[in-house]
Amino acid sequence: MSLYSLTRTLGRSEAPPVAKVARTTPGLAVHLAGISKTFGGRAVLDRLDLAIRPSQFVAVIGRSGCGKSTLLRLLTGLDTPTGGHLNLDGQPLAGLAPTVRMLFQDARLLPWQRVVDNVGIARGPDWRERALKALDDVGLSDRANDWPAVLSGGQRQRVALARALVSRPKLLLLDEPFGALDALTRIEMQNLLADLWHRERFTVVLITHDVVEAAMLADRVLVLRDGQIRMDAPVNAPRPRESDDPEVLRLEKALLKAV
Amino acid sequence: MTVSWKNGRAFDTLAPWIVPVVLVLVWEAAAESGLLSARLLPAPSAIAVAGWEALVSGVLLHHVWISFQRAMIGLAIGGGIGFALGVVTGAFPVAEKLIDSPVQMLRNVPHLAMIPLVILWFGIDEQAKIFLVAVGVMFPIYLNTFHGIRTVDSGLIEMARLYGLSPWHLFVRVVMPGALPSILVGLRYALGIMWLTLIVAETISASAGIGYMTMNAREFLQTDVVLLGIIIYALLGKGADVLTRVLERCCLSWHPAYQTDRKASL
Repeated sequence: MSLYSLTRTLGRSEAPPVAKVARTTPGLAVHLAGISKTFGGRAVLDRLDLAIRPSQFVAVIGRSGCGKSTLLRLLTGLDTPTGGHLNLDGQPLAGLAPTVRMLFQDARLLPWQRVVDNVGIARGPDWRERALKALDDVGLSDRANDWPAVLSGGQRQRVALARALVSRPKLLLLDEPFGALDALTRIEMQNLLADLWHRERFTVVLITHDVVEAAMLADRVLVLRDGQIRMDAPVNAPRPRESDDPEVLRLEKALLKAV
Repeated sequence: MTVSWKNGRAFDTLAPWIVPVVLVLVWEAAAESGLLSARLLPAPSAIAVAGWEALVSGVLLHHVWISFQRAMIGLAIGGGIGFALGVVTGAFPVAEKLIDSPVQMLRNVPHLAMIPLVILWFGIDEQAKIFLVAVGVMFPIYLNTFHGIRTVDSGLIEMARLYGLSPWHLFVRVVMPGALPSILVGLRYALGIMWLTLIVAETISASAGIGYMTMNAREFLQTDVVLLGIIIYALLGKGADVLTRVLERCCLSWHPAYQTDRKASL
């Protein structure tokens, strides 16, 4: 696996600079039409249609192996679909896009770079100031010069969040980002994410196992099963949400049934 | 007594020296009393005197310098080739298919078995010794570089690509630092092999160097100088080891195993 990805990377020439698009909205519109992805003859995603409007917070839930992670990898441009069309803001997605950032379940910080260098991994002009600012946003400005190894799991994930947000993405992809955290830290991180999203208004696609997380955070929840969308429910509860909001509770029940 | 034992730090620094010091004292006593023949095993004090004389006359430094030069040139050539091959095979599967299995075959030939061939090729000149050292150090560096690059966390590589790192930056900021612990292990092995090879090569044929010094001393039955040579080799080996440790501590300060503040709290 490492061999494969490494050679693919080293074999690639540097991606051409993407033309600067006028910043009309802080979030990207995502449009998937008839998207399929097959691995060795097995369809993981089967002619999937999905339209996400700019700045929408979409949660995707489903059992293991339902194609959630595959969907996310297609949106990053790391993988290409076997069939169908994938557009971001009306433009077909070709390769990795600098406006798309992803948060993994494990923080994936470089252990040999200090926290601030990890946040500014993409470098670019004024990267250090921007990285410090992003660290401040996630409440870790005092840990800028620490090694990742001395941070707790929750702090590492905060650093990873800062790293994702430092380049002001228009689409943030989250692959079960809080699944490995303890319950209290998870709630903290969820609140942090909700605050940052409220402020920056990027589009979010959050993959999760947790129906409560989905119902509390998202504008819209999708249930994925057998490579297709089986349920597409709006969340109408007012924000900030309480966990005992009747709308939230009703949705959680419906989601559990549909998964 | 209880006070000094309670002071654990003083004991910790002194402890490794207790056994060697006692051994040297016993040895000295045995030699002085005539229990050991000076021809077989001269007293430590006699060796110290021989060492001092060689140092003052400049002979010792001359020989050490020659050996050191051979070692470093051999290490630079062999290590450089091993490192380059390891990087290429680690990064490109095509190169692995082409290069790895021949290198693995060569690796299994004890390089000292090539001495007769090396003498035929290079005579008994400097090149012969440097060649042997280079061949010896090449394989551990090659293997550990290759292994280090292959075992870099694929998740980190994926992340770095996603965050737009160019192939060069990916290599410099992700792949190389990730492979470095393994490469330094290779370097440590290589340094051991380097001295071993040099000792053998210099004892066979040389006109200068520590090996020459000891072989020359043997002809004149100067056992103290022979022992001095052996001790110099031991010191050089230890020095190389200390150097790699320092290197590890500098380069791997991010690694939990090398974080001094954490160690201090234990």
